[in-house]
Amino acid sequence: MSARGAGLRGAIAIVGAAESTDLGKIPDKSALELHVDAALNALADCGLTPADVDGVASAGELPNDVADYLGIVPEYLDGTNVGGSSYMLHVRHAMAAISAGLCETVLVTHGESGRSRIGMTPWAPAPQSFMGQLEVPHGPVGAPSLFPMGVRRYMAEYGMTREQLALVPVVQRQWAAMNPRAKLRDPITVEDVFASPVIADPVHLLHCCLVTDGGGALVLTSAERARSLDLPQPPVYVLGAGESSESSVVSGLESLTSSRAIRIGGERALAQSGVAHADVDHLMIYDAFAHVPVYGLEDLGFVGRGEAPAFIEDGHTAPGGSLPMNTNGGGLSYTHTGMYGMFAIQESVRQVRGTAPAQVDGVDVSVCTGVGGMFMSSGTLVLGSAATL
Amino acid sequence: MKPVPLPTPDTQEWFDRIDAGELTVPRCTACASFFLHPRSSCPRCGARAVELIPAAGTGVLLSFVVNHRAPAGFEAPYALGVVALAEGPRLTGIVRTDAPDRLEVDAPVRVAFEERGERRVVCFELKEAGR
Repeated sequence: MSARGAGLRGAIAIVGAAESTDLGKIPDKSALELHVDAALNALADCGLTPADVDGVASAGELPNDVADYLGIVPEYLDGTNVGGSSYMLHVRHAMAAISAGLCETVLVTHGESGRSRIGMTPWAPAPQSFMGQLEVPHGPVGAPSLFPMGVRRYMAEYGMTREQLALVPVVQRQWAAMNPRAKLRDPITVEDVFASPVIADPVHLLHCCLVTDGGGALVLTSAERARSLDLPQPPVYVLGAGESSESSVVSGLESLTSSRAIRIGGERALAQSGVAHADVDHLMIYDAFAHVPVYGLEDLGFVGRGEAPAFIEDGHTAPGGSLPMNTNGGGLSYTHTGMYGMFAIQESVRQVRGTAPAQVDGVDVSVCTGVGGMFMSSGTLVLGSAATL
Repeated sequence: MKPVPLPTPDTQEWFDRIDAGELTVPRCTACASFFLHPRSSCPRCGARAVELIPAAGTGVLLSFVVNHRAPAGFEAPYALGVVALAEGPRLTGIVRTDAPDRLEVDAPVRVAFEERGERRVVCFELKEAGR
């Protein structure tokens, strides 16, 4: 029996991909304008215009607002919003919609004024939400308290040391140093991580992602149509995609040391793609906090349970390593607007195209995993070059 | 003022009983599963047949962080943990202790309540500490 969705392997391509003109602190643009700035950049990247788009997907801002701003007349809208992994899901849904003939060209947009908060709805869980009822009354300091809640358990069960956890931002900074667009580029050491302010022990400031303004957008169409377009960049094919979710409160998660959503979404994506772990050239794992790539490496099956800290320590994910990971510098050093998933996809696309600032040699297959909330959702994409079809 | 939960109809009784000083755990009367968060149907079998069973009030600290920054009304540092109740389901809450940095994973804890105006909020204390 073939894997679910195997017939859609390579059916659609990312033909346009771009980030907002600026990243970091952008006080002169609203969140919606950042969507639009990135969208126009992505359309220019593939030589198309808003008139060529008949589908719009976005999170944070409504897809109808994005369409209206750009003058797009959509026949397909996707407003799936499950936090930072939303964009992986948008790509998967577009894969189905385009393949089913519901639309031809889908624009996926992200934009957030995470730092300047221009045009942003204030982030505050409603007192009647699950978080408002079950977490907020207990005094979490937002995500830094809740997301890494399982880290101590992980350390106790698998022997991860504080030094190993601190190596995650240290290694990511090595990648960031090669990326002129990365916000934080100066090298750091394990001692620097320990010397940074304690936020929610064991989490120090340098274990936490940045808070920035920025946007990103993708243009997707059928592989067939991609071949008929005169594209300035080679198409990047979607070989597989998967998604899942679980509780939006940490106490409701199946495990504190593993993400069920990453496991299920990752398994689906890899099965659909037919790609073996050993054939993956490049990996992006959403790194809102240092432990997330540790969990992700294991939940995606790249290493066994409890093996990720040593894998990172041994340099496998670092420049020159066997599995280059988070090569833009990640949410820890590159940029993190709040829903970082779009930036992970952008870097996967660049690596497959061969245009990344810290380009890895010969990337034909890149796997990209997003996470929403505190592991409440996840989406994984397997992207490939024409050689993988 | 520290925040308090604002219950929805499906969580109201669970919170009301906390306000009365009693922690309960929802159980499905069809498949006998215990679960949390409180809800009006069973997440395992889908039956709309949920009863609230008084909890033993004991558990183990599965994991925790020690907040060194605090929202308004809270005084850092304090330990915020996830506790596995004796019945199985888990809850998030503050673990009251003078030495949050010396807490350990798997520490046995018991349920306590913090008065917050008209409401009570579940918290935990170390079992050995006694009272």
